Amino acid sequence: MTVLSPGTGLEAGSAGPRRERRRGRVRTRWTGWGFLAPFLLVFLFALVAPIVYAVYLSLFQDKLIGGNRFAGLANYTEAFKDPQFWSGFERMALFLVVQVPVMLVLALGVAFAIDSARLHWAPLYRLSIFLPYAVPSVVGALMWGFLYGTQFGLLGQLDRWFHTTLPDPLGNTLILPAIGNIVTWEYVGYNMLIFYSALRVIPNEIYEAAELDNAGAWRIIWHIKLPSLRPAMLVATVFSVIGSFQLFTEPAVIFPIAKDQIGSAYTPNWYAYNLSFNGQEYNYSATIAIVMGVLTVIVAYLVQRIGRRGQEA
Amino acid sequence: MAVTEAANAANAARPERAARPARPARRSRGAWNPNRRRKSPALTLVMTLGLIYSLLPLFWLLVNASKSESNLFSTNGLWFGGHFSLFENVKQTLTYDNDEFLHWFGNTLIYVAAGAGGATVLATLGGYGLAKFDFPGKRGVLAVVLGAVAIPGTVLVVPTFLMFSKLGLVNTYWSIIIPSLINPFGLYLMWIFSRDAIPAELLEAARVDGAREWRIFGSISLRLLRPGMITVLLFAVVQTWNNYFLPLVMLNKPNLYPLTVGLDQWNAQSQTAGGIPIFNLVLTGSLLMILPIMVVFLVMQRYWQSGLTAGSVKQ
Repeated sequence: MTVLSPGTGLEAGSAGPRRERRRGRVRTRWTGWGFLAPFLLVFLFALVAPIVYAVYLSLFQDKLIGGNRFAGLANYTEAFKDPQFWSGFERMALFLVVQVPVMLVLALGVAFAIDSARLHWAPLYRLSIFLPYAVPSVVGALMWGFLYGTQFGLLGQLDRWFHTTLPDPLGNTLILPAIGNIVTWEYVGYNMLIFYSALRVIPNEIYEAAELDNAGAWRIIWHIKLPSLRPAMLVATVFSVIGSFQLFTEPAVIFPIAKDQIGSAYTPNWYAYNLSFNGQEYNYSATIAIVMGVLTVIVAYLVQRIGRRGQEA
Repeated sequence: MAVTEAANAANAARPERAARPARPARRSRGAWNPNRRRKSPALTLVMTLGLIYSLLPLFWLLVNASKSESNLFSTNGLWFGGHFSLFENVKQTLTYDNDEFLHWFGNTLIYVAAGAGGATVLATLGGYGLAKFDFPGKRGVLAVVLGAVAIPGTVLVVPTFLMFSKLGLVNTYWSIIIPSLINPFGLYLMWIFSRDAIPAELLEAARVDGAREWRIFGSISLRLLRPGMITVLLFAVVQTWNNYFLPLVMLNKPNLYPLTVGLDQWNAQSQTAGGIPIFNLVLTGSLLMILPIMVVFLVMQRYWQSGLTAGSVKQ
């Protein structure tokens, strides 16, 4: 690809675009704004304005008596004391702490295997494992919902073949891992490709040197591949963490076949949705969305901080 | 592909210097050829399990989309059985309830074309502006926009709905298209891409010749940016094609639904006691829905990798 070919003045990690020369700079002083204006206008309208409006809404309460009133931070204090919100949040945190590492380790393993050159038909594996990413998460959740089911799914079939009764994946204890499995299925290939792309840019000379030193496959992984994957791992972790905070589609699609297990506050997003659409509690729903947004940004920032510190050490 | 060959040729021609910085080009398979390494059956076997895991649901979907509603429940779920009804199912899916599915398909195309196409245009212009011009307030813009990458899209959905309903925009095509136009990750990619793909000397030369900035962009830069634009477009197409939460919230008129919400409604109807079960249509519809995106996906696979490289290697 053109951008990736040499000779284009590419400097990995350079702070920013090359400074224009003085003469050009004066002339193009406002042209940059011109190019950026369309994006910024939509950005302000579709991203900044809704946030501002939600913050505004979150400061009001709609009461049967007294109507819509300024309530200060009352909605926020309610949110911080709301057991439904926190149980959803805890569930999501648990999901995050278990699912993200499992998925990333799997993705890492697959990337190493495909990059190792010891695999038969490596491109076939790369493509097939990435393929689920193209499947809309609605369809992914629908399919797995059926597969989990006992009627015409995989589980029912296994039960019939082995004359057993396997535990119900959509029962109370297993539904969170079952959702984790759907998410892993969808995104393991995507993360694998992030890692694989990063592995592909390790210069050949380093491997040649390692070969001369008689370094084995594991030593190459440990001393060459893993260290150079650090930035990619940081990106994948941050994206996965943000992704877990967004968890919505899978529980929403599974909901019709597991109503009792999912309820109305399974994840914070699902809760905010239900508050708006089944409860018409718009002010409180906006509050939950704001709290979630702030928590996400904080966690994403912390992950990045920790990751960067690890990189510098 | 020509570009890749060019990159490889450039690789082969470059002088042997050990301390060259890492560069996201395809590794040349030179003297040290990993393809000659011994293949490992054990590794292949383990990876085959992963392959089966990834493909099994899709295979299951294909099998079950070829069964009639009654055969779904009476035959082995993991293999073809009974009458092969795929074509009847397709026909029934397309015509069910006054061609509802085709209508949703058309809506999805509108959302994808306007949303993803528009997002790509905005990201390209913006990324180019950030990379190639100095202007007052640039650092602030960069910080805000890149910070926005961390805000989960779904967190914005409910606030956007609340604002749009105040403005009377819900239940319109715009309610889906406008939020899809914002793609901070695309802007970031195009920024990196513009920075690396367009030599400053080239722009300088065109400026010396007296060309106007928009002309330079249209006649020179746009061509160099094309691979980057395709990558951004690809990500945006998949995102809008698969979008579910936003339309679910914004729309309650079935004639505006995209496929994702439509299929979900069919499923919910089938699962509801007393509703008419149309599982065969849910399954066939799902199959029809993922086919186009898979074709795009496989044809364009090179661009995925270059996008993910740009996103993860350079920071």
